[in-house]
Amino acid sequence: MFYRLPQFKYYKPQTLDEALKLLNELDEAKVIAGGTDLLIDMRIGRYRPKSIIDINDLSELKYIIDDGNRIRIGALTRLQELIYSEIIKEKLPILYEAVYHMASWQIRNMATIGGNLCNASPAADTAPPLMVLEAKLRVINIEGERTIDIREFFLGPRKTLLKGNELLKEIIVPVHKDYGYSYMKLGRRNSFTLSIVSVASLVKVENNIFSDVRIALNSIAPTPIRAVSVEKYLVGRKVTIDSIKAASKLVIKDISPITDIRATAEYRKDMAIILTYDSLKVALKRLGIEFVKG
Amino acid sequence: MALVLVKFNLNGHPVEVDVEPNEILLNTLRNKLGIKSVKRGCERGECGACTILLDGKPVYSCMLLTVQVNGRSIDTVDGLWNNELFKKLVYNFTIKGAIQCGYCTPGFLITSYALLRTKKVISKEDVLKAIEGNLCRCTGYKKIIEAIMETYECIHS
Repeated sequence: MFYRLPQFKYYKPQTLDEALKLLNELDEAKVIAGGTDLLIDMRIGRYRPKSIIDINDLSELKYIIDDGNRIRIGALTRLQELIYSEIIKEKLPILYEAVYHMASWQIRNMATIGGNLCNASPAADTAPPLMVLEAKLRVINIEGERTIDIREFFLGPRKTLLKGNELLKEIIVPVHKDYGYSYMKLGRRNSFTLSIVSVASLVKVENNIFSDVRIALNSIAPTPIRAVSVEKYLVGRKVTIDSIKAASKLVIKDISPITDIRATAEYRKDMAIILTYDSLKVALKRLGIEFVKG
Repeated sequence: MALVLVKFNLNGHPVEVDVEPNEILLNTLRNKLGIKSVKRGCERGECGACTILLDGKPVYSCMLLTVQVNGRSIDTVDGLWNNELFKKLVYNFTIKGAIQCGYCTPGFLITSYALLRTKKVISKEDVLKAIEGNLCRCTGYKKIIEAIMETYECIHS
């Protein structure tokens, strides 16, 4: 079957200012970056925009800058560029791992980090690592800029704090030294398909006590979320196999999975527990802490 | 809806085509420009049969609006027949039996050609990773991977 998209007016601004003006003036407009989500969503009728604003010429939004203790990523940076970047690999390895396992080469050559966040799929794969890293999002409209904590950005499936005339400009990611990290994804095909559950973990241990624990999951709630119950339980506790086992079970309190075409809610709950446990173990292993049993 | 004139480079030659803004590149290539090697598969960015090179990088032509490629450069297998690396790749695909029904083959050739051009040193894992976005329902991938590795060894010996 040929698929035809609904009709729309097409705009291709050459500067950020021009894009922001269009975004402010046009009714029912959608921004296209990589387009790998948007075109499918238009095809299935999820969106019927009157206008499409193609921001691909805005080269001022494509960069990865190392500021030492933080990395700034332009929203229009392609996923494949993140994988090729030595900065990302060295300083944000958890983001590198998540992106490495996303989609396919063809998709990563087009899809952007900003698009993955703004599309706000509950299964967005860049969200869990950025949530544990507590990234800040710089958004802009014709009036000015503001900063949003990524933990507050997602409101529901495909809903974010972005106003109709705002554009995501930059993702500011603090560098976390001395943390163990892990990113685990469970999908039906190796890495290609949407995840059933993904877990990102970031842990810090001092004198065999958890001093900081951050865990984020996707695909198990209307938005990507932090597993606050697990984190609270672990902080201040001794690092033992029993403590992480008990903590993982608490993830149930933080999630509200649904049954869909990819998996049942029950399966997702079970997998969330197992993946949280495994993810914590891998993160600890990266700090040199291994358990004989378990 | 008003037609838009789109100009781009196709297999080394400039082309001009009038399209509606909602036209998908896959359809333009097949129906207006006669490029039938770009196959219509899933049309949702999963199967890889419609893979092309956009400025040298493999992408799905079913996930691009034709208006988006204005001023860009597109390559399909049709423009690569005089390329030595590509010829070796095709030879090894046939010798190794990496082709059965052939529907996925142009997509696989484009992706593996891009891999061999992009990365100077590759392992079997690199090949597996690169062709993740191409599906084959006949050969079970083993022979495709062999054909790509054989070509790699061939160009580096």
